[in-house]
Amino acid sequence: MSALHSDTEVVIGLEVHAQLRTESKLFSPAPVTYGEPPNHSVHPICLALPGVLPVLNERAVTFAIRTALATHGAVHVRSVFARKNYFYPDLPKGYQISQYEDPIATGGWIEIPVGDGEGDAATRRIGLTRIHMEEDAGKSIHDSDITGRDATHVDLNRSGVPLLEIVSEPELRSPAEASAYLRALRSILRYIEVSDADMEKGHFRCDANVSLRRRGETRLGTRTELKNLNSFRFVEDALDAEIQRQAAVLDAGGTVQQATLAYDPDQHRTRVLRIKENADDYRYFPDPDLVPLVLSDEQIERVRAELPELADRKCERFRSQFGLSLYDARLLTASRQLADFFEAAAAIHGQPKPVTNWLLRDVLQALREQGREIEDAAITPAALAALIRLVDEGRTTAGSARGLIPELVERGGDPEAMVRERGLEAVSDAGVLEGVVDEVLSAQAEHVQRYRAGEKQVLNFLMGQVMRRTGGKANAARVRELLAGKLDDR
Amino acid sequence: MSEPLATLASMREALDAGAASSVDLVEGCLARARAAQDALHAFAGLREEGARAEAAAADARRASGARRSPLDGLPVAIKDNMVQTGEPTTCASRILEGFVSPYAATVVERLERAGAIPIGRTNMDEFAMGSSTEHSVYGAARNPWDRARTPGGSSGGSAAAVAAGLVPGALGSDTGGSIRQPASLSGVVGLKPTYGRVSRWGLVAFASSLDQIGVMAHTAADCAWLLEAIAGHDPRDSTSLPEPVPRYGETLDGDVSGLVLGLPREYFVEEGVDPEVLSTVRAAVSELERAGAKLREVSLPHTRYAVATYYLIATAEASSNLARYDGVRYGHRAAGVRDLTEMYHRTRSEGFGAEVKRRIVLGTYVLSAGYYDAYYRKAQQVRTLLRRDFEEAFRGCDAIATPTTPETAFRIGSKTADPLTMYLSDVYTVSANLAGIPGISVPCGFAQGLPVGLQLLGRVLDEATLLRIADAFQARTDHHARRPAEAP
Repeated sequence: MSALHSDTEVVIGLEVHAQLRTESKLFSPAPVTYGEPPNHSVHPICLALPGVLPVLNERAVTFAIRTALATHGAVHVRSVFARKNYFYPDLPKGYQISQYEDPIATGGWIEIPVGDGEGDAATRRIGLTRIHMEEDAGKSIHDSDITGRDATHVDLNRSGVPLLEIVSEPELRSPAEASAYLRALRSILRYIEVSDADMEKGHFRCDANVSLRRRGETRLGTRTELKNLNSFRFVEDALDAEIQRQAAVLDAGGTVQQATLAYDPDQHRTRVLRIKENADDYRYFPDPDLVPLVLSDEQIERVRAELPELADRKCERFRSQFGLSLYDARLLTASRQLADFFEAAAAIHGQPKPVTNWLLRDVLQALREQGREIEDAAITPAALAALIRLVDEGRTTAGSARGLIPELVERGGDPEAMVRERGLEAVSDAGVLEGVVDEVLSAQAEHVQRYRAGEKQVLNFLMGQVMRRTGGKANAARVRELLAGKLDDR
Repeated sequence: MSEPLATLASMREALDAGAASSVDLVEGCLARARAAQDALHAFAGLREEGARAEAAAADARRASGARRSPLDGLPVAIKDNMVQTGEPTTCASRILEGFVSPYAATVVERLERAGAIPIGRTNMDEFAMGSSTEHSVYGAARNPWDRARTPGGSSGGSAAAVAAGLVPGALGSDTGGSIRQPASLSGVVGLKPTYGRVSRWGLVAFASSLDQIGVMAHTAADCAWLLEAIAGHDPRDSTSLPEPVPRYGETLDGDVSGLVLGLPREYFVEEGVDPEVLSTVRAAVSELERAGAKLREVSLPHTRYAVATYYLIATAEASSNLARYDGVRYGHRAAGVRDLTEMYHRTRSEGFGAEVKRRIVLGTYVLSAGYYDAYYRKAQQVRTLLRRDFEEAFRGCDAIATPTTPETAFRIGSKTADPLTMYLSDVYTVSANLAGIPGISVPCGFAQGLPVGLQLLGRVLDEATLLRIADAFQARTDHHARRPAEAP
């Protein structure tokens, strides 16, 4: 960001559309599906046939309340669905049912990590403006390869799918913070199981408002809107490009025009889609087909009582209960499924530290390599605990165990049987090991001398030699014992 | 004068006595409807095959002693804005040409469950916007009492069909008077229930917060049967009321003694009303007084704002409700368009009639940024005041009596050039829709040979009292039994 002066402040606000994981649509009994043939997950309501009426999905309401509570927002006992009127072929009613003047929740905040340091300064609270429910539109397919002629086809499977729009205050100060905010929000939505927040499937979509101002200035500069930022990397790159563009405009003495832009990742540039001269007139008005949504205090409290422990709370607990570092605790609590896996494995194994290490190092690496999440991996907490125990007890070596992790993650299995069947048992037999140790000591006389002269780290080299001769199967602790015994015992 | 036209009750008796079969009744209706179609344009379409098959099935049920309801085997008609599985539903609009509904309205399902047989779909003003049934792709419906005149609207086809004896009962919809006004102008009984009493699922929306399905027949008793069949909570309509449905028919004991009838000062003014209509209504009120009702003057002070309020809210909602007719998924689509904007523009220009376009434009304006507060929000505030007027008035009376319309049936074409005059003919009926209360129009006499209606308005969910008063009035009068000139 070479064009950015040190006295320039970046102001970013994000609007996230998260798809709620309900079985049916927001106002229609049609199922919410992914990958169905076009126009197969539809009902007269999502087709806007003459005479149909919307009926609110109660589950979506529960999810909205849960989200508001999880982000410390105020849930409003009365909220109103409004019609946002505009014409588009994939908007079958000619209006979208959304919430406008009276959303279900306002306020609240999300905590994001800043920097890698520990302590109080390690997080920052980003305020939320509002959370509201709305229905998704369908999909227009303009590609003439598909349509076979110069025409647009409309798929209404997505029409009416429930969305939660979560609007942040313009309190994010860098692309990195924006990305951290999105990760934190996504983690919360998944923790409380209201959304799969799968960005590839469009379950978690982001628009960003960006402006620049002189540090210390309280008024906001003219903002631009970036549409459809659909991956964390993309968000950061697009914001970075737009910040540079605005900074260049301002540096040249120009003014930023209010506009909607798209990001071109190939050229790392933002491109103006349209200039906003006037506010769009969507002719919002309360939907007369729906009564105001009135919640009882009991209903809200019931949802509150069912709220799971959230990431930040869990992170604190992991640190105090298991003595983990902030770094490790954050990694383990980044997803609820990973945290649950850790707790289950730690309980079975009995010692949190080795479980943390194995999980964060070896299991996560295998997951990354296989492109999986812990919840779609075949390894069980019991299997991981059992594998670590085999190492603890010297029945196999850490190296052998590590080699089994990718397979356990991919296909599962019983570690003990795998070790046995593949001949990965560690060699602990004192007679066998002693023979090997003696061979090594006589072959490496020079190293033996160096050790005895005080270069204690030579022990590791000698251990490596023993391991090599045993094909990595020697019980490392026993080898160390034997080597040390023989070296120190002249 | 020849004998009165058949009612649902008299047809029921004929069936029970074995004097007629359901097939006979349905064939009779179909034959009369066909014969009268060119003269009256009462129907948008007849359902000949389906109705015959259902009549035969009803006869078979009766033979086996299994009757679904008092309406089982009786013919009815349905306004062309309520969808019926496999039937065209056009709302008398070109924009819905070719649309065949794959699902049924709740009222249609309930009528069918009761065994009633829909013989056809009645003509209406396009999308129920109008007071004369002149704005229709099927041609203007005509009043059986004088073919040069309108039967009223927008449920004019239902009114004309019942009035001419083509069918004994029909469903209508009432957004600002569209059941009561044509009932009054055509000399039949028309009941608009409380908002939410009858499900709107499957009713093509005009103005969602005002639309209500209701019933039309010769007698209050027939209306009670029909209402009982279609009313009640429906989880598919979020505005539907959960209260159980009373047995309306059982409350008709002819006794109105002790009931207090409120006469709103603001409705009984000479200005803007045909004096003969007013004197006929006054005479009807006196008849009810003789039957034991007490009269009391009441006040509905915000009445003069009702028509303006109505046309702000109704057009605003309509402008949004009619946005779905875009040529994308069903109905009319303009041919040979080059792009999306042209498709919208030409499809809607060709598909909608002038009155519908007028209201879409008005409603779009009402909701526009900068005007919303002055028009839509203000209208909602006035609506609250109107509702309070009625709540206040009903503290002192059990029902309110007024004329249904300021004049009798007007000549076809006499008001189409001046929409405002047409809108003002709704002056007595729109308040009930704005307040959500029930209203009924009962034939109460004639002025220059044309029917006059007495409107009775009731408390929320008190349809029973309205039906009871109307029934008691009909027991003491024979206006409803007179046969119009054009009845075949």
